[in-house]
Amino acid sequence: MNKKVSVYRKEHFNAAHRLHNSAWNEEKNYAVFGKCNNPNYHGHNYEMDIKITGEPGTDTGFVIDLKFLSDLVKVNVLEKLDHKNLNLDVPEFANLNPTVENIAIVIYNILRSKIDKKLDLQIRLYETPKNFAEYPAS
Amino acid sequence: MNYGFTFAKIFYSMLFLTRIEHFNSAHKLYNPGWSKEKNELVFGKCANENWHGHNYELHVTVKGKVATDTGFVINVKVLSKLINEFVLEKLDHKNLNMDVDFMKGKMCSTENLAIEIWKQLCSRLPEGVQLHCIKLCETPRIFVEYFGD
Repeated sequence: MNKKVSVYRKEHFNAAHRLHNSAWNEEKNYAVFGKCNNPNYHGHNYEMDIKITGEPGTDTGFVIDLKFLSDLVKVNVLEKLDHKNLNLDVPEFANLNPTVENIAIVIYNILRSKIDKKLDLQIRLYETPKNFAEYPAS
Repeated sequence: MNYGFTFAKIFYSMLFLTRIEHFNSAHKLYNPGWSKEKNELVFGKCANENWHGHNYELHVTVKGKVATDTGFVINVKVLSKLINEFVLEKLDHKNLNMDVDFMKGKMCSTENLAIEIWKQLCSRLPEGVQLHCIKLCETPRIFVEYFGD
C-alpha cells in the first residue's frame, strides 16, 4: 500500500529583477523580453509552494517537521531573495537569467541538498497570480 | 414637495463602480537626505539600494449616477483606457523611483503612490463622474486607501 503523503509550506518574497541576455544587443533583448527588459528593473511578489513527499514517520506522524522546513526556507531561501535585486544581489543569477523557471530551479537546488534524500521535493513558484513554474516537472 | 421621493431617487441612482488593475514594479524606500544607516534603521530591508519589487493591485472606485440611456455610471472601457494611459503605462514594469515622472522627488511608499495615482485620474474623469477611492495593494497583506482631500 502506498503510504506516501505530500505536505506543503507556502512562503513569499518580494524582489526586483530584469530579464536580459548580455550576449544580445539592446534591440534583440527588447524584442525577446519586452518590458521585462527595462534597464532599471521591475519587481514581483513571488509566492511559492514547497512540496515534500514521503511516508509519515511512525514515531512522529510527520513527513517532515514543518517547523524545520520553515526555518530551512527562511535561512537559505528567503534571506537570500527577499527584498533583493535578483540580478545584482544573488550570486546564482550573476550569469543566469532570473526567469520564474530559473528561480524555481535555484530554490530547488538550494533546498534539495538540505532535505533527506528519501523525501521528494518540488517547487511551485508564482511570479504573478497567473504565471508560475514547477520544478522538477512531473 | 415630495422629499422622500426625491432623496430616494438620488440615493438609488448613485453607485460606486470599481475597476481592478495590476502592475509590477521595482522600488526602494530611501530618503536621500538621511545617512545609509538611518535609512536602514527606518526602512529596514525596503531600503536595499539595489531595489526590490512588488505585484501591485490597484482598485479604482468612481461614484456617479446611473445614466438612464446607457445604464452606466461610466463606460468601463473609457475608465480602462484612462487608467492604462495615465497610470499603468507609467508604472508597469518600471522602477518607481527612477522611471516615473509623477513620483520624482517623492518617497515611493504605497501611501504616496496612491495619492499620485489619484491626481493622475481625478481631473480626467468624464463630467458627472467623481473619483471616490484609490485602493492600492502592495502585497496581498498590505494596502492603502485614499479618498482625496
